[in-house]
Amino acid sequence: MAMRARDWIVTLTVLVAVSTGGPFLTPGAEAQVFRINNMVEPESLDPGVVTGVPEHRILSNLFEGLTTTDPKDLSPRPGMAASWTVSKDGLVYTFKLRNARWTDGKPVTAHDFVYAWERVLNPKMGAKYAQQLFYVKNGEDYNKGRITDFSQVGVKALNDSSLRVTLRCPTAYFLDLTSFYTLYPVPRWAIEAHGKDWVKPGKIVSNGPFRLVSWVPQRELVLEKNPQHWDAGRVKLQRVVFLPTDDVNTAYKQFLTGESDWVPQVPTSQIDAARSRPESYVTPYLGTYYIRFNVTKPPVNDVRVRKALSVAVDRESLTKFVTKAGEIPTSAFVPAGMRGYEGVKSLGFDMAAAKKLLTEAGYQDGKGFPKVELLYNTNELHRVVTQAVQQMWKENLGIHVDLVNVEWKVYLARQNSLDYQISRAGWIGDYVDPNTFLDLWVTGGGNNQTGWSNERYDDLIGQAACRIVNPKDRMRALQEAEKILVVDDLPIMPLFTYVNKGMLGRRVKGWYPNILDMHPLKYISLGR
Amino acid sequence: MLGYILRRVAGFAPVLFVIVSLSFFMMHLAPGGPFDQERALPDQVRANIEARYHLDEPLWRQYLRYLGDVARGDLGPSFRYPDRSVNELLSLGFPVSLTLGLCALGVALALGGAAGILAGLRRNAFVDYLTMSFALFGVSVPNFVLGPILMLVFALGLGWLPVAGWGSWRHLILPSVTLGTFYAAYVARLTRAGMLEVIGQDFIRTARAKGLREATVILRHALPGAILPVVTYLGPASAAVLTGSVVVETIFSIPGIGRYFVGSALNRDYTMVLGTAVFYSVLLLVFNLIVDVLYAYLDPRVQVR
Repeated sequence: MAMRARDWIVTLTVLVAVSTGGPFLTPGAEAQVFRINNMVEPESLDPGVVTGVPEHRILSNLFEGLTTTDPKDLSPRPGMAASWTVSKDGLVYTFKLRNARWTDGKPVTAHDFVYAWERVLNPKMGAKYAQQLFYVKNGEDYNKGRITDFSQVGVKALNDSSLRVTLRCPTAYFLDLTSFYTLYPVPRWAIEAHGKDWVKPGKIVSNGPFRLVSWVPQRELVLEKNPQHWDAGRVKLQRVVFLPTDDVNTAYKQFLTGESDWVPQVPTSQIDAARSRPESYVTPYLGTYYIRFNVTKPPVNDVRVRKALSVAVDRESLTKFVTKAGEIPTSAFVPAGMRGYEGVKSLGFDMAAAKKLLTEAGYQDGKGFPKVELLYNTNELHRVVTQAVQQMWKENLGIHVDLVNVEWKVYLARQNSLDYQISRAGWIGDYVDPNTFLDLWVTGGGNNQTGWSNERYDDLIGQAACRIVNPKDRMRALQEAEKILVVDDLPIMPLFTYVNKGMLGRRVKGWYPNILDMHPLKYISLGR
Repeated sequence: MLGYILRRVAGFAPVLFVIVSLSFFMMHLAPGGPFDQERALPDQVRANIEARYHLDEPLWRQYLRYLGDVARGDLGPSFRYPDRSVNELLSLGFPVSLTLGLCALGVALALGGAAGILAGLRRNAFVDYLTMSFALFGVSVPNFVLGPILMLVFALGLGWLPVAGWGSWRHLILPSVTLGTFYAAYVARLTRAGMLEVIGQDFIRTARAKGLREATVILRHALPGAILPVVTYLGPASAAVLTGSVVVETIFSIPGIGRYFVGSALNRDYTMVLGTAVFYSVLLLVFNLIVDVLYAYLDPRVQVR
């Protein structure tokens, strides 16, 4: 029986629709598919291995820790732990696990956490983020090989559903850390059966609200709703597609054509056009853009010179006319908006003071100022920011600074070996507490890289980390430390608080702006 | 002939040895290492990682270890993507780069060939100037300019094709055109020159005198002679298309080998850099060999010893 003409047309249309994907598919089938431009290929899907933000976007939905994060204010919510108690001294946490299952049907037990934490701390594993578990008693010693008996480390499965964690110091933000991927449970049996292949599709066993469907490197990674998850009733999205588009211009165009629903970055050159669109969003980010001084090298070994350089920069103009995305000008290092932290009143733009300081340092009107270099790594934003700073120093102080552009790894190596005078830098906090910004600058800290050292500062940070239990007193100590950093000594001069600048499809619901740009997918849905 | 091929293949070994050695030491001489990052690692953590990848050993021992591994065909683990080996990433990426390369070559031959024939037949006419201007344009415009322009027009403006990605024939068109245009321009110039040389010759006049249709004269009699220079150009062009897709793969987010080449060098992902260098070298050596062998077949004046 021959097909009638109409049947042919219908068949052909369906074929075309299927082969071309996207726009021709029925809206119902595509309705709850969320496409994210994740900007790079994830380095790994192993919670014990990864360190990056793009990986966090995937793993925080594929796995689940003791706690999860509130989509609005990022405060800890129950996750694998249904409840917990904290001892009076703030050192002992006892977590009561809920009745949850891995994707292969096995129950999630306290032993899975102990196994995962031992794995991260084990020196043989070489985990880059092992320090996330240094808050746990003896965790650091175990990682450094000073002790080899893991039972001395402060994590213990009391039974299948109770986990007791003993900390080294009372850590105000420990429940934030337990929602971070380094502390996720991992399935021992799957890792032992498949080795490093355990995270591949078909082999991976996970416990989050989504599960892995496919993962083709540099092409796409697909998650789907995990119906076995304890909170599956809340999950609206059926599928989530992560696109590893490296090129930010391409990613932006993919958003504009509807190939993705969310792109967390916008090209610097497109910022004006992007901000005029209704899908654009700009929110403060937990990160500070700043300039480092190498205090071991003249002329910036003189605090008067550093101060002069800092107050000679008009940060308002810098953010308004150069960076243009709504960055928040600041000369403090801790971004505003930390729960319970007031912040310090730091030095503002003051040309007269700048000139006076420079004269005091012996360089009246910039005369005799030695040759100075400002180091930055290849990046459009860094280029324009350093050029603007160079210009302001020239106009306001009469000094000339050479810009030195190097590629990323050279930049890191030169900062690390103090082979620079001035350099641009940025810091993104790990958790919402001033400590993640302030403990950088302790003497000899791996990220200090300025040669700066201040006894009082070290003491205050040490007190806040361990010796002060009262939260208010602790914040006061941190505040005093920040004052030393950005008002008195200035081994650094902050310029602005970063912003998240991205584009979000207008039918996306349940997505809330927050300071870490973290958006748990289980709360997200797509409307009409 | 077989002897010749075997001798050439045996000659690959010393060449590869030199490439691997040079790349290895240059890579290690470059400032910074694979585990330098914005957030400095605690010393012990760093030491643990370096021990895991044998980076704590003296350089000569790492070198010997690597040579041994390469000789066995094992390019090592990727530092950047610890879940995967370099072999795995290359074997996933190569079919993609190959597909893209073949399509780009197809574009180059079809566009360039047609333009070249037209230009050759209408020498010094408007069509000639027009096509040759386009050819000049094609050679001069870098693909990181052409790619985004094509995207703007065909994806954002007209909405006919996707911006980027991989998975269907629609994803192939823009990158193939972007990558192929440069070579199309070359092919056009070569075809035009070949056409001009052939069209004036006696056997063409004979064919016309026999009363054959013009189309037959051109396609059957003139073209085979005219495209000989193009054929010789195909060898290097194929290799260049395969190894030269780095920018196009990045712009169009295509999961080929080119994506790893630049990224791994910037990240000091030692094994991945060396792996791609070795792989590309083998590719170039093989293509050169194929071209030399083809020469012997096509041109009786070339003899293989």
